[in-house]
Amino acid sequence: MNITEKIIARASNKNSVSSGDVVFADVDKLMVHDVSGPGVIKVFEEWSKKGIQIENVWNPDKIWIAEDHFVPSADRISAENITKLTDWANKFGIKKHFKYGLGQYGICHTLSHEEALVLPGEFYVGGDSHTNTTGALGALAIGLGHTDIAYAMMNGRIWLKVPETMLFKLVGKKPAHIMAKDIILKIISDIGTDGANYKTMEFSGNAVSEMGMEERLTLTNMTTEAGAKNGIIEPDAVTDEYIRQRTATSYKPILGDNDHYLEEYTYEIEKLEPIVAKPYSPQNAAAARELQGVEVNKAYIGSCTGAKLEDLRSAAQILKGKKVKVRTEVLPAAQSIYIKALKEGLIDIFMEAGAVVGPPTCGACCGAHMGILAKDEICVSTTNRNFPGRMGHVESQTYLASPLVVAASALTGKITDPRDVSK
Amino acid sequence: MTLKGTVHKYDKDNIDTDVILPGPYLKIHDHGELSKHAMEGIDTDFSKKVSKGDFLLAGNNFGCGSSREHAPIALSHSGITAVIAPSFARIFYRNCVDGGYLLPLEVEKSTLEQISDKDTLEIDIEKNQIHDVTNGKKFSISPFPPLIKKIIDCGGLMYYKE
Repeated sequence: MNITEKIIARASNKNSVSSGDVVFADVDKLMVHDVSGPGVIKVFEEWSKKGIQIENVWNPDKIWIAEDHFVPSADRISAENITKLTDWANKFGIKKHFKYGLGQYGICHTLSHEEALVLPGEFYVGGDSHTNTTGALGALAIGLGHTDIAYAMMNGRIWLKVPETMLFKLVGKKPAHIMAKDIILKIISDIGTDGANYKTMEFSGNAVSEMGMEERLTLTNMTTEAGAKNGIIEPDAVTDEYIRQRTATSYKPILGDNDHYLEEYTYEIEKLEPIVAKPYSPQNAAAARELQGVEVNKAYIGSCTGAKLEDLRSAAQILKGKKVKVRTEVLPAAQSIYIKALKEGLIDIFMEAGAVVGPPTCGACCGAHMGILAKDEICVSTTNRNFPGRMGHVESQTYLASPLVVAASALTGKITDPRDVSK
Repeated sequence: MTLKGTVHKYDKDNIDTDVILPGPYLKIHDHGELSKHAMEGIDTDFSKKVSKGDFLLAGNNFGCGSSREHAPIALSHSGITAVIAPSFARIFYRNCVDGGYLLPLEVEKSTLEQISDKDTLEIDIEKNQIHDVTNGKKFSISPFPPLIKKIIDCGGLMYYKE
């Protein structure tokens, strides 16, 4: 069995499973945010009308809540959703509630690793499609809708079809101008946005072993954009050190037998160019240098994909001592990352370059609030999706890129390869 | 179970959930209110065109992107009872079935080409068959896997007993 199969076998109390099996598996951790939480509340209300009353959840200590999409409250409805979510958490005794303006808070996927809320070998479900992110810790992390999350909250279990696994071996030495974002955009452009539909994307190879945890998280985060059920990386010394810096809780890592792969792909990293995904699909890739004539109105450094500490460091390295030419917005993905960036002097670099620095929120990434795009505006962004209307008006455009490319583009006002800006 | 209605065709692959129900409406949880914005990213008149019992026909990988259950809810409450497509994104498919909102029906790619917008369809779920009443052609539907069929027959995951 590979690592995904082993975790499913453990969670479903079976000696072994293989792809295609349908099982009910025990959930170790569960997350909702300020969109999926009220969605689950609505499901409970609908069940209540049909005579099914929910008095308790399966285990309030294994559930956590993030306020991230519409915070700081975008309007009256968003504010009321937060109030409703707070009352609901209190009713069920859910104490891990990361509230904005009250210490640590941030984007749910960022908190999952930054706070070590999920550990290697665990089965984690989240009410958001980018739950896949957390698979970089060696966990089985799967995104689900409101009904499935409501069911799992009640029963501590959910049904799963054991997925087939695609293995991506990343080999060679990663050049300084290449980030994990370039690698995953290249993979998605090769296999397509449904290339891993219902499947697992597992990453291995020396280039993965040599990557820090935050870069690994970019790989698994974007597996969602290839349709994958989950993205996963086997835990190693890097994983253990990352976890140990955050929690003393013990865990049992699960390793695979490196078998049962549907397909294997090898990528030689030193040959890659900085890559940008053009509107309106994450698979619509081109080399940054091919797009250097494209003028942009905004550069955005934010989201679970592109506003971790490493992402901010990379952007700051380009922006240091320079001035941005277009509107540039930097939103660290969590309060703790904001504080670290502040202490390292990164926030000074961004603000002196002319960028605005804002509080953690998913707002602009999903076109909800806090900097949405007008008709015909073009944005180069460290986020994960560029569908029509994703970041604002349906006729706005988003180009997806690494923090290095976005920062270089902020300086020139055009899509720019980081190698083409002076040091 | 036999369903009858008019089909609304969007001959495009990868229709994502940002198109089916745009991000700014994610804060809304009232089902009736959500239905007014169904498919707004591709057709702002969608909710006015659809009558109760109608179908939606689209290309590959329908419902990709965000896990928002608002997407099948908005379609279902606008009147759609089944979405017909060559393939579906996994979370959208689960949400349709487990929430009991509508049926995701998988068909051959060639079926998409042979059914026209506004055709009248009769769908027999037990026989896995679509009858296009307008042009007289018949098409097969991929049978539901056993667990999916059981959940559909129960009316959603909540009513399913392991």
